[in-house]
Amino acid sequence: MTEHCACDVAILGGGIVGASAALALRRMGFSVTLLERDLCGSRSSGVNYGGVRRQGRPLTQLPLAQRAHGIWTRLTELIGIDGEYVQSGHLKLARSASDLAALEAYFEHSAGFGMDLQMLDAKALRQRFPWLGERAIGGSLCPQDGHANPRLVSPAFAKAAAAMGADIREQMPVDEVAHDGEHFTLTCSQRLVLRAPYLLNCAGAWAGHIAARFNEAVPMVSSHPVIAVTEPLPMFMTLSLGVEGGGIYARQAPRGNCVIGGSQGYALDDQRARPSREAIALVLERTVELMPELRHAHLIRTWSGTEGYLPDREPVIGLSRTTPGLIHGFGFAGAGFQIGPAVGEVLAELVRDGASTTPIQAFSIARFTTPPQVFSSVPPSATST
Amino acid sequence: MSADLQPVIVGAGPAGIRAAETLVRHGLKPVVIDEAPRWGGQIYRQPPAIFQRTRQTLYGLDAKAAAAVLNTMTTLLPHINYRNDTLVWNAEGGQLDLLHQNQSSTQPYSHLILSTGATDRVLPFPGWTTPGVFTLGGAQVALKYQGCAIGSRVVFVGTGPLLYLIAYQYAKAGAKVVAVLDTATLLDQIAALPDLMVAPRLLARGMYYVAWLRAHGVPLHGGIQPLGAVGDDRVDAMRWRDSRGEHEITCDAIGFGHALRSETQLADILGCRFEFNVLQRAWLPVHDAAGRASVPGVYLAGDGAGIMGAQAAEWAGERAALALLADTDQASAPAQRARANKLEKALGRTQRFRRGLERAFPFPPTWAEQASDSLVVCRCEDVTAGDLRTSAAAMGTTDINRLKALTRVGMGRCQGRMCGVAACEILAQSSGQPLQAVGRLRGQAPVKPIPFAMTCTTSPTKPEAAR
Repeated sequence: MTEHCACDVAILGGGIVGASAALALRRMGFSVTLLERDLCGSRSSGVNYGGVRRQGRPLTQLPLAQRAHGIWTRLTELIGIDGEYVQSGHLKLARSASDLAALEAYFEHSAGFGMDLQMLDAKALRQRFPWLGERAIGGSLCPQDGHANPRLVSPAFAKAAAAMGADIREQMPVDEVAHDGEHFTLTCSQRLVLRAPYLLNCAGAWAGHIAARFNEAVPMVSSHPVIAVTEPLPMFMTLSLGVEGGGIYARQAPRGNCVIGGSQGYALDDQRARPSREAIALVLERTVELMPELRHAHLIRTWSGTEGYLPDREPVIGLSRTTPGLIHGFGFAGAGFQIGPAVGEVLAELVRDGASTTPIQAFSIARFTTPPQVFSSVPPSATST
Repeated sequence: MSADLQPVIVGAGPAGIRAAETLVRHGLKPVVIDEAPRWGGQIYRQPPAIFQRTRQTLYGLDAKAAAAVLNTMTTLLPHINYRNDTLVWNAEGGQLDLLHQNQSSTQPYSHLILSTGATDRVLPFPGWTTPGVFTLGGAQVALKYQGCAIGSRVVFVGTGPLLYLIAYQYAKAGAKVVAVLDTATLLDQIAALPDLMVAPRLLARGMYYVAWLRAHGVPLHGGIQPLGAVGDDRVDAMRWRDSRGEHEITCDAIGFGHALRSETQLADILGCRFEFNVLQRAWLPVHDAAGRASVPGVYLAGDGAGIMGAQAAEWAGERAALALLADTDQASAPAQRARANKLEKALGRTQRFRRGLERAFPFPPTWAEQASDSLVVCRCEDVTAGDLRTSAAAMGTTDINRLKALTRVGMGRCQGRMCGVAACEILAQSSGQPLQAVGRLRGQAPVKPIPFAMTCTTSPTKPEAAR
């Protein structure tokens, strides 16, 4: 029998963005129903590399990233677990003079954002991190960046939201989304019909379908980062590692396994992805180049996921230009884990106030769409319960 | 042989060897890839070539069957492309990824026969990670391959026909078997007799081992519950309980196991459809009576497609090869069809015998209930039954892959090949679901760990030209 229900805010997608929005909305007193096709945190939010890093983000994202940094430092109090979050420091390496120049430029431009970056020359690198190979000629260290376990953190946000009274529906794929001018109606086959004046589009790599459904299609493409893991090793990596200009990124989990990301896999179908043999080969090669000691280690597991990328690699965050009450938060280009909790809070503010206290103009969907008509920026009033 | 036809067989045990023999007989030149240095599979594993033990010593009552399979392979060698000591660690886009001596390469195939065999089905008991505790299969490998025993005073515990076979082999080899502890009861075995009668020779052999052990004073105990291996740096006793109370016996090694589980990761990576098999309590790749998997061009044979034993594996290997030949119009004459029918009938009878074995040596039904919270389930990642139960309850977890994500169970070196059975049983028990409802651990590359020092040659080798 089909269940009918209504709430203030319907959320599509139980990743870290949707789940943290649910949590923030509950703290504001809104009634929330979150619909997740699979299990909360089972896609990109739960299978990503686990970097909790501000360094290297475009300057446009730094206010959001700073806000997220504050949330991460209070993680345990917010979601009940520490999620293996550590402020290990994040070191971005340069392998060439031009890469080093790029790091130095970033150091200068990002000075006002409170990241406390430190530039390290080759000698300092060798002294402080003797496990690094000879390839790096310098680097930039962000001492308070770090990493966490996404498999634990993302589901825990959904769990915390549920504990605050959010109605979290897992394995509930949505077949149809309609809007009658005031309310959205979401239909899940014969199981559920949900009505709400607000709809948060947090459907990750699949969010483009929802945007297109409301006449604001975006040029989002899917890509598939590859992650590989070693057997547990004695702790030696004291920080999370990145490389200017791409390449691999690596960290060591508390259990001792090195988690290494890089390259691209391929899609098995619309929902599943896999590392390619070329990607695995590349990860092996570049890892040994950066950390020669790992030539004695084994790779025991690999995986990939599906991530949404917009051409400028910036997300879409903000009010719909076509449909009152529709609010987007997607397209994080493989870098949504750290800022996800802040985006959740921003989406909640957009519901409550119609505006965010953190600047998000750069992420407006308007940069891709010319809407057929412009609505008033004031969404229909939502009643706090 | 047409240039675009390149059959590849994974595994050189009884199934793989009979499959290769059948293809060669019909003019094909298969590639045969095997992880071991020498052919024979686990059951007919050969010692290093310089070892001097006779096949009679190595394989006992199976010596004749072993010789037939091993000699067949010897005669096949000039007619096949044999890649020993080679791990298939991934499959993608019609090619297998191989690892041989730290070198990775790709092997294209047009048709694939998977005869990947089985490992022990591991049901942990307290102390099972103590040095000196081995699986039954591990104990047997030590004896067959290296000619050494796991200890000089050995306890064998668990259930299944292998339990008695290995006890017999150890005793024959001169080890002192201080006890054989079977979780099944004599009543189980009596109830199974009607089904076991369909293979009187196999039944007689099993009874022979038991009778021999009794005649040689080896204590056999049925209906037991293992309480634990005792010892810190090394096991020095085994404790168990039966209807008469609790017991302890000193020993310096323990072999344990509860029958076998199929090695199915490659079939999984290849996208084969799986179904839950109630009899074997396992998700297995689906195949028709001839061995065709759900993915066109992929065939399954032997214990890797569901536990069936060595004799049936030979039949299944030949049957799968005949299916491959018929599917590629290489051979579909009445003679082959008649042979195929005969093999399918024989394999059908094996199913009844398997049912008998499962009844004679049933999966201990209360294992998960009795597993204490402190029991280590996943030794690679050090995850206990209590960790699994606590996480499942806290997060409302009903799916084994979600439980893996939350607890690391099955994430270590074995990738769940060893701990997966027990983890699924614990989750089913603690979440009050039937076993099949918790799903199965997804297969991921690499099938087994690969070294970072591995060098990769991704240029595919060309299929062998026509002979």
